[in-house]
Amino acid sequence: MKFFTALFAGVLFGAGLLLSGMTDPANVLGFLDIFGAWRPQLALVMGAAVCVTAPAFLYVRRRALDARGEPVELPDRRRIDGPLVTGATLFGIGWGLSGICPGPGIVLLSTRSGVAFIFMGAVIAGMALLPLLRRAPH
Amino acid sequence: MQQSGGFWAHATNFSATLFAQTLPVTTTETWRALAGGALIGVGSATLLLLNGRIAGVSGILGKVIRATAGEQGWRIAFLLGLIVPALIFGAGSPLLPGDWRWAAAAGLLVGIGTQLGSGCTSGHGVCGLANLSSRSLVATLVFMGAAVVTVFVVRHAIAT
Repeated sequence: MKFFTALFAGVLFGAGLLLSGMTDPANVLGFLDIFGAWRPQLALVMGAAVCVTAPAFLYVRRRALDARGEPVELPDRRRIDGPLVTGATLFGIGWGLSGICPGPGIVLLSTRSGVAFIFMGAVIAGMALLPLLRRAPH
Repeated sequence: MQQSGGFWAHATNFSATLFAQTLPVTTTETWRALAGGALIGVGSATLLLLNGRIAGVSGILGKVIRATAGEQGWRIAFLLGLIVPALIFGAGSPLLPGDWRWAAAAGLLVGIGTQLGSGCTSGHGVCGLANLSSRSLVATLVFMGAAVVTVFVVRHAIAT
């Protein structure tokens, strides 16, 4: 059951990414290019998504349970620390170089284009690499 | 054209023009951004309400890769679901500003950065902000800022 509800959620999310224009790297780079020919539309994507998701969080927080009555896994960390800021900076640079963030990166695999596979291969390699970098002696 | 002078025709026309002037690209793009964003929100809310989990793509992918014990079924299902609409309707083709090395470098930064910073556009930008998390607000401002600076450097400082 969990499998099907997650699949359904993924399909909705993926359809949203596709419809919104987030899966077009040129469009995303146009949104990030605020000092050039700025295309501000994509700001509405995040705005609309946050507005629709917020009531669900409110509901889940009040009950501490989800709609099925089962416990919810919410992030409990509050600290704004070095890794958060460094990580967000590195991610931002990668996003600015490519115009692709992880969700659209996965959606773009559907095009079977080499660039999409190289990009997502590198994302996966970076994700696998980080614990090794952390374990390495400084 | 029936009743081209009707009040509603004028009103819609006026608001469309106003919208187009406020946001200097086509209105279709504006409506697609709004509707697509709302759909992303419905997807996140669905995962939260029916699975009790946060729809953060980099977090889910990272846990699948590191083979975190248990719970892999729903994670893989969610990631597969993301691709389904694009397989049906097509997603265009990704055009990057550089060659394969450019794509590889960008991907590595995205992979390392999202794991170190515990989230990406979906986890921090959508779910974190919707959960009123100050950590996510900081992360979102930082990655948006870094992306804007990067695009500025690539397009306006280096090029031409």
